[in-house]
Amino acid sequence: MSVYQSAPTPEQAAITAKDFNFWYGDFHALTGLDLNIAKNAITSFIGPSGCGKSTFLRCINRMNDLIEGTRVEGTMTLDGNDIYAEGVDPVDLRRRVGMIFQQPNPFPKSIYENVAFGPRLQGVTSKSDLDDIVEESLKRANLWKEVSNQLNKDGLALSGGQQQRLCIARVLAVQPDVLLMDEPCSAIDPTSVSKVEDLMAELAPEMTIIIVTHSMQQAARISDYTAFFLQEVAGEPATLIEYGQTDAIFTSPVDSRTEDYITGRFG
Amino acid sequence: MSDSVDTTVDTTSSRELIKRALSHGKKGRINKDLSNKIMLGVFRAAAYITTLVLLAIIAYVVINGLPHISLDFIFGWPQGVNAEGGIWPTIVSTIYVTALAMLICTPVAVLAAVYLAEYAKQGKVVDIIRYAADALASVPSIVMGLFGYALFVEAMGLGLSMVSAALALALLMLPIVMRTTEEAIRAVPRYIRWGAYGLGATKWQVVSKIVLPSAFGRIATGIVLAIGRAIGETAVVLYTMGQAINLPISPLDSGRPMTVHLYLLANDGINMNAAYGTALLLMAIILAFNLFARYLSRKRR
Repeated sequence: MSVYQSAPTPEQAAITAKDFNFWYGDFHALTGLDLNIAKNAITSFIGPSGCGKSTFLRCINRMNDLIEGTRVEGTMTLDGNDIYAEGVDPVDLRRRVGMIFQQPNPFPKSIYENVAFGPRLQGVTSKSDLDDIVEESLKRANLWKEVSNQLNKDGLALSGGQQQRLCIARVLAVQPDVLLMDEPCSAIDPTSVSKVEDLMAELAPEMTIIIVTHSMQQAARISDYTAFFLQEVAGEPATLIEYGQTDAIFTSPVDSRTEDYITGRFG
Repeated sequence: MSDSVDTTVDTTSSRELIKRALSHGKKGRINKDLSNKIMLGVFRAAAYITTLVLLAIIAYVVINGLPHISLDFIFGWPQGVNAEGGIWPTIVSTIYVTALAMLICTPVAVLAAVYLAEYAKQGKVVDIIRYAADALASVPSIVMGLFGYALFVEAMGLGLSMVSAALALALLMLPIVMRTTEEAIRAVPRYIRWGAYGLGATKWQVVSKIVLPSAFGRIATGIVLAIGRAIGETAVVLYTMGQAINLPISPLDSGRPMTVHLYLLANDGINMNAAYGTALLLMAIILAFNLFARYLSRKRR
């Protein structure tokens, strides 16, 4: 059973998982997940490697559908609608639920084309509309000042931290409601990390952000809510151990395993 | 992980054992420094031999062929028993048939590779297709020529023609282009694909807008290398194009490619100078294609 400490109520939630289970082929990876993820707030997923936090993240935009043989049970809703219901197109879902990966992954195209990619997919063809979207998105991602005079440069020519912000701009260009970030800061330099964190804080009031992180400090610094996942026995499914307001989780964890993890006793 | 007292004792005694074995090891009969130097020399010699053979062939063809090269030779029409004069129709035939073969081969090979790398469920069927492609690549070209003759020239009634030869050459190029394309597609990092999926791209959008453009340089390299292979091919075109001295216009026209011309000149020994001149031009064209392939693969980072 998971422990909850002033966790979001269903009314506050953008995303709700109920008795959610996930399988990779025969391997039962996640079991019995029940949580409400607060709308327009930042939620951290923490836990040791292999605890299923990234797997769960990828369930929210059905990225796991790309892997053969995966299967879910239970429900997951976004704004009240079951995202695994019959007839839901994962392609449409992913437009609303953007994702940032651990490795910055700009397309081998120009900065401009990277940001314009999503809008173009949705049929935006007008040059002036695209120009506006690109500028606005790069500004929101705090990258505009650095690249405004070199929009035709290859996105891969930027530094790692800039690449990550370019990827954020690329996602912002399709105006998602939810932003999933899978260890977005583990492959970039410390200065860039603080830029990405500032950016998340700026975006949070109008966007539901979920971040998977291995850094306790980062989770404590930036998130409103924290969820601790754990796979206790190898080969057994992982589950949610403790979830609630970040302050509560870090200052007065109820479950001893949560305390052990955040104080660095394992993981 | 669990250390008991017993294992500690064991470790100590086995360490002693190892120490003794090491100190009693036999010394090599040859000085270590010397054996190193000898092997380095052997490796070097092997590397130099490869390069020298290539240089020798090029030098031999250049020395014998260069004096015969002139504008008249390149752009002239053959004279006499087709052994004198120029070789222009054969150059045109070679370029014509290669371009046609490329146009036939590329779409099929690229589409097949996309299917194998992106769509097909990995398993037995895909393994069989891949194995078949590899087997196709190892079919002797003379067999491919006979097959082309039986199928395209005779059965399909295309006659000895550019299109018959191009189809047969396309069969030869198909596995090369297909496998290089498949590898190029697989080399596109999955992170980049995920980025596109994450923006709400469909599978086809990911393939057409991200994967294929990213893989373009390597695919083009594969195509150009296959073209180089096709230009130098003799047996296949001998059986499918014929050997008429003719400037081909329609795909159903016959012709005589450079390789066949070279074969006939050298085989009958009628004009060895012209044969070397043709060989030199042939090598120059293939070299140009290989350099172009290098340029394309360098251009992609």
